[in-house]
Amino acid sequence: MATFLGINLFGLFGQLLVGLINGSFYALLSLGLAIIFGLLKIINFAQGAMYMLGAFAAWMALNYFGLNYWLALVLVPLAVGAMGILMERVLIRPIANEDHLYSLLLTFGVALMLQGMFTHVFGSSGMAYAIPEALQGGIKLPFMYLPAYRAWIVVASILVCAATWWMIEKTRLGAYLRAGTENAQLMQAFGINVPLMVTLTFGFGVALAGFAGVMAAPVYSVSPDMGSNLLIIVFAIVVIGGMGSIGGAILTGLGMGVVEGLTKYFYPEASSTVIFLVMVIVLLIKPAGLFGKEA
Amino acid sequence: MKTAIVTRSKLNLVLLLLALVAPFVLYPVFLMKVLCFALFACAFNLLLGFAGLLSFGHAVFLGTGGYVTGYLMINTGITPELGILAGTLAAGLVGALYGKLAVRREGIYFAMVTLALAQLAFFFYLQAPFTGGEDGLQGVPRGYLFGFIDLSDNLQMYFFVLAIFLFGFWLIQRTVHSPFGQVLKAIRENEPRAISLGYNVNDYKWVAFVISAALAGLAGSTKTLVFQLASLTDVHWHMSGEVVLMTLVGGMGTLFGPFVGAAAIVTIQNYLSGGELGNYIHIIMGAIFVICVLAFRNGIVGQFRKVLKQNF
Repeated sequence: MATFLGINLFGLFGQLLVGLINGSFYALLSLGLAIIFGLLKIINFAQGAMYMLGAFAAWMALNYFGLNYWLALVLVPLAVGAMGILMERVLIRPIANEDHLYSLLLTFGVALMLQGMFTHVFGSSGMAYAIPEALQGGIKLPFMYLPAYRAWIVVASILVCAATWWMIEKTRLGAYLRAGTENAQLMQAFGINVPLMVTLTFGFGVALAGFAGVMAAPVYSVSPDMGSNLLIIVFAIVVIGGMGSIGGAILTGLGMGVVEGLTKYFYPEASSTVIFLVMVIVLLIKPAGLFGKEA
Repeated sequence: MKTAIVTRSKLNLVLLLLALVAPFVLYPVFLMKVLCFALFACAFNLLLGFAGLLSFGHAVFLGTGGYVTGYLMINTGITPELGILAGTLAAGLVGALYGKLAVRREGIYFAMVTLALAQLAFFFYLQAPFTGGEDGLQGVPRGYLFGFIDLSDNLQMYFFVLAIFLFGFWLIQRTVHSPFGQVLKAIRENEPRAISLGYNVNDYKWVAFVISAALAGLAGSTKTLVFQLASLTDVHWHMSGEVVLMTLVGGMGTLFGPFVGAAAIVTIQNYLSGGELGNYIHIIMGAIFVICVLAFRNGIVGQFRKVLKQNF
């Protein structure tokens, strides 16, 4: 057994990997929240439900239509994104000018409905989704065993997050988006179709959650409440990160996953609460969050 | 204005009479459930309706009150009024801590902070040795009020619960109509202006948070005595969502709204859980949420007032 300074390296790196995987999902979800928040100034409470929807859609695609994992990875985010677009157009648009608390409550209601429907149809016990053939097995490293699928999750999520970051921070489209968050009316005057941009942004943010759901299906059991539990953690991460920046959302998401993984190794009793404790500490020291701008 | 006050006090008198007769007509345990949730919703509404603060973690105060009262009633021989007092104080204490943290953020962040803090407490209660974990605290004795009134009798328990509710409701009413309540409203309407007038806004929010938390704890303590049970359901974030729904349905920012909303939601839930629609309960609750936000933002009481104003 490989040990270093009395630390079981297999166990430590194992938990670090689990932490990185959780962190990947945190990052994808908080990134989606940050994008939607940036342009619409609303917190999409249904983001967790969309993640759950992504996982179920992948499962249903495989079991009802025989669509494999790779197709699901492309099609499901599109479908979930379309759901988001529908939701934005039909439900959120009519109350866009009301207090933002109402949109929070509205998306909460949507989340309850979705979760209730899936519980009703599939029951609350989880369902399994096999790891795609190409990613079965793993690599034996000197200090740990690295399952291929888990490595894929971390790599793919980081790539998607980085691409999103690049798109928003470095391209012209992203510049419009950022300008739209600063002054929507002015952008409208310049001939940019802001309502369309809002709709598409919402769709994209939700699609990120759907993507995370497909990725999660083979590692966690697919169950109706998989999103709601995750979402509260992501909210804590958003408070820690500060939602001020896209990069902040990604970094805080990954970082908190790692913090959780380390806690699971060194002090397992606190692993379910450590992120909330970090939130308390950050609130005490820096109420605007690590990457947030002071209001 | 004067007639409005007269009609209001007349209305209060009628409602009080109804409350006194009700247990002889309807099942007292159901009525007690309504009263407990009504107090919870009224306490929650003190924050949302009068200070504009959406706390999404209020279940933690309900649950804390319940656990503390339940634990004391089972393990020490104290009388129920002392047990409830202890539960209320404990919830107020947790509220004081959480409030200090939460009022540092505004708007939707405030909602997220309260939700995350409540989840922290949920995990604590799940693991703590004195809460009975998943099973909760069962068989909590109701005991003898002041040592001689037997609360195991549902009717006597009902009047005790009614008294507690009336006390809580009175306290909220006094708070809202006090100068302190006026400052809260000013903060809700225009926070920067309240700050520029020299009010320490965060302190006001914090005091409102503590009062609300303590009263939510009072509701939880009472509920534990009524059902002789304290469990994780009361601390779960679903419960926090439910109290938001009650307030929304009844009408936020009105005194009677949360009461009406709580009665409506508890009745719907009781009705559904017995029938074949029980499986649809979350779907229906979610749908009510969506409909209320889209078409019915004033709630039952708010809508009723609007109709009254337009037609009379």
